[in-house]
Amino acid sequence: MLSIKNLHASIDGKEILKGINLEVKAGEVHAIMGPNGSGKSTLSAVLAGREEYEVTEGEIIFNGKNLLELSPEDRAREGVFLAFQYPIEIPGVSNVNFLKTAINEIRAYKGLPPMEAKDFLARLKEKQKLVELDGKLANRSVNEGFSGGEKKRNEIFQMAMLEPKLAILDETDSGLDIDALRIVAGGVNKLKSRDNATIVITHYQRLLDYIVPDVVHVLYNGKIVKTGPKELALELEEKGYDFIKEEVNA
Amino acid sequence: MEAAVKTNTLKDRLYAEFETVKSSLFGSLQIREQAMESFLKHGIPNRKSEEYKYVNIELMLKGEFAFSTDKTTSHEQIKHTKFLKDAIDIVIENGVFIEDLSNIKSLPKGLQVINIAEAASNENFSKQYSKYADVNADIFIALNTALAKGGVFIHVAKGTIIESPIHIINISSAKENLIINSRNLVVVEPNAQVKFIESFETVDSSAKTFNNSVTEIAVDENAIVDYYKIQDENENGYLMNTTQVYQKKQSVFSTNTITLSGSLVRNNLNIVLDDEHIETHLNGLYLTSGNQVVDNHTLVDHRKPNCNSNELYKGIIEDKSSATFNGKIYVRKDAQKTNAFQSNKNILLSDDGTINTKPQLEIYADDVKCSHGTSTGKLDADKIFYLRARGLSETSAKKLLMHAFASEVVDTLKIEALREYVEEKIAKRFE
Repeated sequence: MLSIKNLHASIDGKEILKGINLEVKAGEVHAIMGPNGSGKSTLSAVLAGREEYEVTEGEIIFNGKNLLELSPEDRAREGVFLAFQYPIEIPGVSNVNFLKTAINEIRAYKGLPPMEAKDFLARLKEKQKLVELDGKLANRSVNEGFSGGEKKRNEIFQMAMLEPKLAILDETDSGLDIDALRIVAGGVNKLKSRDNATIVITHYQRLLDYIVPDVVHVLYNGKIVKTGPKELALELEEKGYDFIKEEVNA
Repeated sequence: MEAAVKTNTLKDRLYAEFETVKSSLFGSLQIREQAMESFLKHGIPNRKSEEYKYVNIELMLKGEFAFSTDKTTSHEQIKHTKFLKDAIDIVIENGVFIEDLSNIKSLPKGLQVINIAEAASNENFSKQYSKYADVNADIFIALNTALAKGGVFIHVAKGTIIESPIHIINISSAKENLIINSRNLVVVEPNAQVKFIESFETVDSSAKTFNNSVTEIAVDENAIVDYYKIQDENENGYLMNTTQVYQKKQSVFSTNTITLSGSLVRNNLNIVLDDEHIETHLNGLYLTSGNQVVDNHTLVDHRKPNCNSNELYKGIIEDKSSATFNGKIYVRKDAQKTNAFQSNKNILLSDDGTINTKPQLEIYADDVKCSHGTSTGKLDADKIFYLRARGLSETSAKKLLMHAFASEVVDTLKIEALREYVEEKIAKRFE
């Protein structure tokens, strides 16, 4: 589904990603872990198409398409979804209106007519339940005045509504209490299928107790320096990132 | 020789027109003569005049102008301007009230709508006409008071609650350049409640119209008045719009000025809070494009204690257009416990657009809560990216954000049908 080869990216002339290689297949959950400043957020930003980052080398192929040639909206329309680490507040734009516009633009891209109002409402109801999002929140302005946990839940709610093929969760666990974490992880797990894939980017192992990865990668200094089974996450939790640094620098 | 002609013409022609028509116009000749005197003393403002430095009046009034025209539009032609169902429609074409285009046949009890040109014998009219808009305070009030030919006098009697909105429809329709001086007086007696919409449109017009319109509004004790303005003239429309409001004890006045188009629009909105426990809401929205110039001057004059005023003006500026917001708040020495808030926010979409914003607070009382704030920026890149990351095109992301920005003002319109009308207009504008 996703194939990243020798990806180099920089911002303001400073190289952050220094040759990433990653293969993700449909049905898989990959965790990318790493210490602060290792390039985790840069990777998610580059995948989503943030224009501040310059890709200097390498390629990203998503379902046969060169992702780097697509605009951010076309990436979303092809099925890439980024759950933001810091979701943006947009006063005056209602969640519902925003999602309706998003779904219909994605449908138009695929040559489909706008979604019937009743189908949209049915999906809205169903997915709200999935992340235990209060109906009132769904009707409010996007993220405006939401608590940290509500914002993260709203990201997963949007993901549920848009039904992406590849979901990238960027530090979705940061700032979540254990109840919210369970709800968010539960939502992600329920959305998992043989046809879609998830990349969980996180600093801590905690979230991986709830969203169990098939593969764990360790990102350090702009490169994936170690890949292993889910137990690797536990090892990192136990020993801290220092042992990775020592291994790499040895 | 030529230069001398140029410097004299307009002022001279306005004076000549005054001498020709003064005895045929409504109301007291004495008031008109005082007004003309004040006008002649000051003349047309130029770009050095502090109050008019951002609007080029001289350019606007270049060329030949006529002062009157016959009614030219038909029912059919103005049908679209009557956009509010169930409203009491009052049509003013080129500054003159046109009864047969209006629907004032069966007015609710307590409501009077009278052609201002025929109102002189009405006691309520003669007592209050020209009492609030001071001919010495502003040159365009002076000019209007000297030359006003028509408009309406609206009287809402004590305790009357008018359910239907009153829609004053100003139509400019000119085949040759035209100077219009239209004049309204609205008197709302104690405990009455009424909602007004005043719209400005151009219909079947092939020449410039300069509409110098003045409306005086007296809001008596405990009365509740909403006054919404929708300014939507085409590129032939030049609008100088003064609204002079006088509020008495415990009254509530809410106004919203929405400027969608027109070559040049200058609004002078002056509100005097002359008693205690008064509430005033002033909102405004201007969407400018092309070479449009929109200038909002507001003045909130807190004269007595315990009053609240709240002001929010927002603008989106495109192309080479220019917008000005100048908001004065006076809190006089007696006006203790005043709450006065003001905010002006702008989005500048182009490099060539201009926004001038000037909040002016003059506070002479010591126990008050007053604040003002202003911001001008581009559309937020992080918001645009967030929306695009969900599949919205850049264009629709921007549209959604502009709509959201405007909605804070549009949402204050309390008439649902009007809100829908304005929202539709805005949506079309952003297409």
